[in-house]
Amino acid sequence: MTSLDTHLPVLQVVIPLLIAPLVTVLRPARLAWAATTGTSFMALSIAVALAAGALRGDAQRYDVGAWAAPYGIELAVDSFGALLLLILTGASSLALLAGRTSLDQQVEKGRQPLFLSAWLLVLAGLSGILVSADAFNIFVFMEISSLASYILVAGGPNRRAMPAVFKYLMMGTIGATFYLIGIGLVYMMTGTLNLADIQVRIQDVSDLRPVLVAAGFITIGLGLKAAVFPLHVWLPNAYSFAPHAATVFLAACATKVALYVLLSFDFVVFQQNLVGHETQFAAFLMPLAVLGILGASAVALFEPNLKRLLAFSSVAQVGYILLGASMISLPGMTASLMHMFNHALAKGALFLAVMCLATRMPGLDLEDLAGAAKRMPLTMAAFVVGGLSLIGIPGTAGFTSKWYLISASLELGGGGWLLVGVIVIGSLMAVAYIWRIIETAWFQEPPSSPSDVREAPALMLAVTWLAALANIYFGLSPWLQTTLASGGARMLLGELP
Amino acid sequence: MNLLGLYNYWVFAVLLMIGFYAVVAKTNLIKKLMGLSLFQAAVFLLYITMGKISGGTAPILQKGVDDAVFSNPLPQVLILTAIVVGISTTALGLGIIVRIQEEYGSIDEEDIQEIDRR
Repeated sequence: MTSLDTHLPVLQVVIPLLIAPLVTVLRPARLAWAATTGTSFMALSIAVALAAGALRGDAQRYDVGAWAAPYGIELAVDSFGALLLLILTGASSLALLAGRTSLDQQVEKGRQPLFLSAWLLVLAGLSGILVSADAFNIFVFMEISSLASYILVAGGPNRRAMPAVFKYLMMGTIGATFYLIGIGLVYMMTGTLNLADIQVRIQDVSDLRPVLVAAGFITIGLGLKAAVFPLHVWLPNAYSFAPHAATVFLAACATKVALYVLLSFDFVVFQQNLVGHETQFAAFLMPLAVLGILGASAVALFEPNLKRLLAFSSVAQVGYILLGASMISLPGMTASLMHMFNHALAKGALFLAVMCLATRMPGLDLEDLAGAAKRMPLTMAAFVVGGLSLIGIPGTAGFTSKWYLISASLELGGGGWLLVGVIVIGSLMAVAYIWRIIETAWFQEPPSSPSDVREAPALMLAVTWLAALANIYFGLSPWLQTTLASGGARMLLGELP
Repeated sequence: MNLLGLYNYWVFAVLLMIGFYAVVAKTNLIKKLMGLSLFQAAVFLLYITMGKISGGTAPILQKGVDDAVFSNPLPQVLILTAIVVGISTTALGLGIIVRIQEEYGSIDEEDIQEIDRR
């Protein structure tokens, strides 16, 4: 390793964090956008380098300020973290690159530098969660990213964004505070905040009740942040009223980063040390995952607004991710981590297509979209590809993780068939709600009144197609996400079967 | 007496629940936000309490004193950060309430839902 490589984990956070305040003073708005996009791509290249390191099997650890752990703050990037860093920085970069025209429409020019600065803070905060190996540091980064993402959601022109963001703020803060109580109790029992150190020391106190209470607080708190059904009520409105570019970014990664912390805590710290914790985890989360898949998909079937429909579908996808994790087996966990990546690809492509539609269409209710494909065929074609990936048609990224998920359920034996049933029904409902949109856009006649609806701006369309093609590429050659996911799953499960 | 020795923890739990109740049950957004602040303040108390040793002083080395009992300063440092987070959240929440008042002319949750339904 060269000397720069050793600093990559900290640079991942520090670069966007330092550039965020600089962006606020950049004028005109175009320059601020260019700086933000450039920074985001720089973060993407760092994430690629870290993922390459994780694939080589390097232990990428970093002591902040050269204070050795457990006294100093330690950063560590394993393959699970690297997988999510790729999702995060990739989503941010594509959303920014594609989103310039959309931002111009939705956010006043004078406020754009501030909005973009908040964007970089979200990026820095979420990256911080992913690289940090310190429980309290994760809390601080979580709050940085949450506070900034409230600003992103509130940046939209629709006034209904305001009550939505207030609800998001309330539930997000309660989630973070629950997490804070949990790590407080863990600190009380172990006297340390370093995750690796907690894992060792908790063995001596694992039969004491505060540790059990801490596990409960941490799981519920992060479940709120991750929009686990039935704690998801903040998500649909927050995603639908956020500016379209911000929706692309947040929908692809915000809940998944919370799931990352949830899984790291429950598996690395608690699972291997608390007696019976894996049965409790499975008994608690598997029903919620099943209800989430069925309930949220059912709501999506009848939802008239395109963005809300996709947001409810996101809640269902969180269910799939949790379902895989709650099987407590290597194939299940691999499927779960793969689904994080694949869902980010599919939902990213879908929301990018929605952003294209929104720049030209009067509204995003299904009735506004009648005949949209006649006027914007390329956009709607990309939407179809994203939709197929969301459903899990062979040849798209979504298929690979659903396949792993089904084969993992079959390995469970008897009850596994029920889970297969749930996955199939969930996928069929996805077929139905995606078909509603396709039917309206492709087969209904556009309103006869003359309108100037035409294809989306070239750059936006190109990025949308890039995301759509990525769905096909990673569907045909799922090597990258499979390798990182199985590495992450082995790390999470440790000595468990 | 053990029950009294846990006095601070009782206060923590009661404050936490009062704050949580306000967040869930009140419809006025300002009252909700007050509840949220109380909720967070309760957690500060939890952290401060866990670091305290009865008879313990601030961890400062003094000449000639080598048997002093120190309270753990780390939870206090942590909670300093959490207080800053709490203030930022409250400030942002109040900012959003101001915008809601400008847009809707009300800060009552039920009124706002009523207006949105129309």
